[in-house]
Amino acid sequence: MTEGKKIRRGLFRHLPLHLIILPSVICLLIFNYAPMAGLVMAFQDYKPRLGLLKSAWVGFEHFQYMFTYPDSLQVIYNTLIIAAFKIVANIVVPIVFALLLNEVRKLVFKRFVQTLVYLPHFLSWVILGGILTDILGNKGIINQLILLLGAEPVFFLGDGTWFRVTVIVSDVWKEFGFSAIIYLAAMSGINMSLYEAAEIDGAGRFKQTLHVTLPAMVPVILVVGTLSLGNILNAGFDQIFNLYNPLVYKTGDIIDTFVYRVGLMSGSFSFATAVGLFKSVVSFVLIVAAYRLAYRFGNYRIF
Amino acid sequence: MHQKTIAYRWFTTGNTIFLAVLAILCILPLIHVGAVSFSSSSAATANRVYFWPVDFTAEAYLRTLTNPSFLRSLLFSVERTVVGTLFSMFLTVTAAYTLSRSFAGRSFYAWFFVFTMLFNGGLIPTYLVVTQLELTNTLWALILPSAVNVFNTILMMQFFRAIPKELEEAAHIDGAGYIRSLVSIYLPLSLPSLATLSLFAMVWHWNSWFDGLIYMTDYRKYPLATFLQTIIQSGDMRNTNIDPGQLQILSERTVRSAQILIGALPILIVYPFLQRFFVQGLTMGAVKE
Repeated sequence: MTEGKKIRRGLFRHLPLHLIILPSVICLLIFNYAPMAGLVMAFQDYKPRLGLLKSAWVGFEHFQYMFTYPDSLQVIYNTLIIAAFKIVANIVVPIVFALLLNEVRKLVFKRFVQTLVYLPHFLSWVILGGILTDILGNKGIINQLILLLGAEPVFFLGDGTWFRVTVIVSDVWKEFGFSAIIYLAAMSGINMSLYEAAEIDGAGRFKQTLHVTLPAMVPVILVVGTLSLGNILNAGFDQIFNLYNPLVYKTGDIIDTFVYRVGLMSGSFSFATAVGLFKSVVSFVLIVAAYRLAYRFGNYRIF
Repeated sequence: MHQKTIAYRWFTTGNTIFLAVLAILCILPLIHVGAVSFSSSSAATANRVYFWPVDFTAEAYLRTLTNPSFLRSLLFSVERTVVGTLFSMFLTVTAAYTLSRSFAGRSFYAWFFVFTMLFNGGLIPTYLVVTQLELTNTLWALILPSAVNVFNTILMMQFFRAIPKELEEAAHIDGAGYIRSLVSIYLPLSLPSLATLSLFAMVWHWNSWFDGLIYMTDYRKYPLATFLQTIIQSGDMRNTNIDPGQLQILSERTVRSAQILIGALPILIVYPFLQRFFVQGLTMGAVKE
């Protein structure tokens, strides 16, 4: 049998496999790969009526503008600050929570806690945004409590500094339970004889946590930590969009919300695409680097 | 087995109280909004409502559920969730099956899928593709762009791979082709995973709001999540193409709370089922030997 015949026979034998994956491939081509090609508009002065082919080329003009325009620099800075705090808090808080939950011996109580803390993860930021706007408002229940304690009301969503705090804390509130699952899973895999050995050596519960539980969790923590590096420019579009207002644009506006307003609201397609492309490229580099690191640290693979 | 020192007992008590408070804090805001939604409008405006309804009334729900705009969005959301879930599960299963077989070309497909997780064209180019295909104001604008969920496809693929090859080999000997073995062997064996991924897809569709906001220029075609988003954000002048009279009624505090709760209700209903599965789903595909 010649090479060509072999390949043709292979294609024919596996034809059903190619056919059934085709719809997904077409969807990805149109809605994921075609937009990637559309990124060239970041180097153009894109006019919808001229299209991609006839719009004028401007080279790196939009990128130069982005790095000299105070607003866009501020937006990049806001994104980094908010995302960095979220990344750290969303690793530390779930670990502490998982360690505390691990000490609970009563299964019924453990389930009760788990059921409640996982719930906010599944509610959208539209719902949670509505709830937070209600309870954090000037006359909301939180400010009533603050007044009761004799302090001044806080403008959680109207004051620049407080806005960032609110965004970070509410994100941790929404996600800490769900993020703890992976650590709880890691803990349940620890060999009980390690604890018994530690106990014989005279270690109390605290020392056991320090010398048995935590070391066993290090690989998982490293994997989660490195993978979250890819999120350094993801400050949480859904959340910010549903909580912010013009009063806090200075400290709360992030790349994604900026791209939405500049691009879709004001119609500066090319500039917004350039800002978006900047974000995609940085994220891409970080994700690839993070996966390589995660593979080395924790033998993590997606395929 | 555990040392019952006095210090540890104190710790256990403190820990239990702390965790109980923490857990309740996760649900308390929802309870507060629920209490407001069942209170009279005057009690709500006077901030007299905490965690139990004051002057109990279901009027807010009555007004919400008799509002034609709200109902239209609710129905549209149901339609979107059902069609979207079916469509994307079909793609997940078919793609995952191909990716789970070993044949020449598999690694090409794998990279073709995974690359979309690593890099994307971003908001504006995607928006332009959808508008140029004239999908604006159609159901398909909400379904097609996100129809392929690569993450779910990988989970499904890993599940298919865990099914013993011998089963398929036996079927091949009996003359079954790929399609036949997918339908008669792989699908029946993976019903629990299918159910899990479908639930996640449903939750995703129900919660999605941003695509509705940008692809639907006609507010009568807003899915419920987008509709709620517009109502809740109505304090801003950003996006208000809902007519002002209706906005006035719908943005009253008790009615707004009722809408938030109705929007969250389907999630609360499927939550117990989700919870049974997601631990398993999450550990699947994490660390491999």
